Amino acid sequence: MTAPLSHIAPAERARSTSFNEASARTRLDLLLDAGSLVEFIGPEQREVSPHLEIFGLPEQFDDGIVVGHGRLGGAPVFVAAQEGRFMGGAFGEVHGAKLTGLLRAAREIGSIPVLILLDTGGVRLQEANAGELAIAEIMRAVMEARSAGVKVIGLIGGRSGCYGGGGLIAGCCSALAVSEAGRIAVSGPEVIETNRGVEEFDSRDRALVWRTMGGKHRRLLGAADVFADDTVQDFREAALELIGLIGPFGLDRLKAEQGRLADRLRRFGACQDAVDVWTVEGVAHAETVPELPADQFIALADRIGRSSRDAR
Amino acid sequence: MEDLSFHHPVRERAGGIRQSAIVGVVASGNLEVLVERVLPDAECAVEIKTAAMGFGEVWSAVIGDFVERYSPGGLKFSINDGGARPDTVSLRLAQAVRLIAGSDR
Repeated sequence: MTAPLSHIAPAERARSTSFNEASARTRLDLLLDAGSLVEFIGPEQREVSPHLEIFGLPEQFDDGIVVGHGRLGGAPVFVAAQEGRFMGGAFGEVHGAKLTGLLRAAREIGSIPVLILLDTGGVRLQEANAGELAIAEIMRAVMEARSAGVKVIGLIGGRSGCYGGGGLIAGCCSALAVSEAGRIAVSGPEVIETNRGVEEFDSRDRALVWRTMGGKHRRLLGAADVFADDTVQDFREAALELIGLIGPFGLDRLKAEQGRLADRLRRFGACQDAVDVWTVEGVAHAETVPELPADQFIALADRIGRSSRDAR
Repeated sequence: MEDLSFHHPVRERAGGIRQSAIVGVVASGNLEVLVERVLPDAECAVEIKTAAMGFGEVWSAVIGDFVERYSPGGLKFSINDGGARPDTVSLRLAQAVRLIAGSDR
């Protein structure tokens, strides 16, 4: 062992820790003010899935999600973090109920923001109906919390990306921050290929997957408001920035969001590939976007200037 | 799934004041270890739920070696295993002892 971790300043650890590679708990520990995380329904309470044992599958004591509260820049926040390595971060009954409960608590209080570290393939297939219901309950809880004045922020940069119902929940959030590795979509590459054929989408073409669903494309489209480099510190700064930026939520904002999405479809609907979208957006040498380092990409995205700030 | 349970008398109480800690994740070839300070100082218990059937003897050897080396008195270890290899199990157990020996909480 080298120097014990406790001898290294928290901010230094957050800067040198890959968000993508860290566990859900490590992400929260380093994202929040040092030592401020307090977990609800922690692993010692053993609220495990009631379904997995029937299938002879191992359980996890927190059912793959950490929920709790802490402080960010001195101010209170609610947090949830999915563990993308346990069953692909998928939503089961208990997993979903923990997030629903957190969002309802936030709605009752009305002023404390919620950070959701999404890292999920969608619904846990072994808990199909319970998982689908959980997605619906969470989407409703997000919208109810936002209607009560709560800012709900999605942070996406995990191994499992943000797929299926996770993509729907992301679409309900007040704002999103994403890293290059954080893919956001509803149907995943293999699902599209299975349903529509390899000519529609070749799931083995990783470059195609990344430029269609990856963080850079989501940022350039304005679906994500901030592009984060892959460190926990970058996501911390993104969360602080977004908490400061998000405006009030109501019918006017929903109408503006509808307008934004309709405009997006009008402008890019005929494009065959993400590179075509970037070209229409006025990006010179659009084919080089996937190779751009984070700082150059962030400068480009800010120049294009698309965000959901006036909508959502 | 197979459930295994081990109890060992232990020479010394484990260090630190934390009441519980958790390390690892349940995934293929990996495991999570939840450790809690809930037993008398001269006892140690390990409860295992594993997806890999028929490895009781290997578990017994790994746990015996771990108790001998770390003397984790007063600790109860609860393991959810996704089919981890013995070296991974030893590593996670050592990490759990190190975590609960921390001074916070």
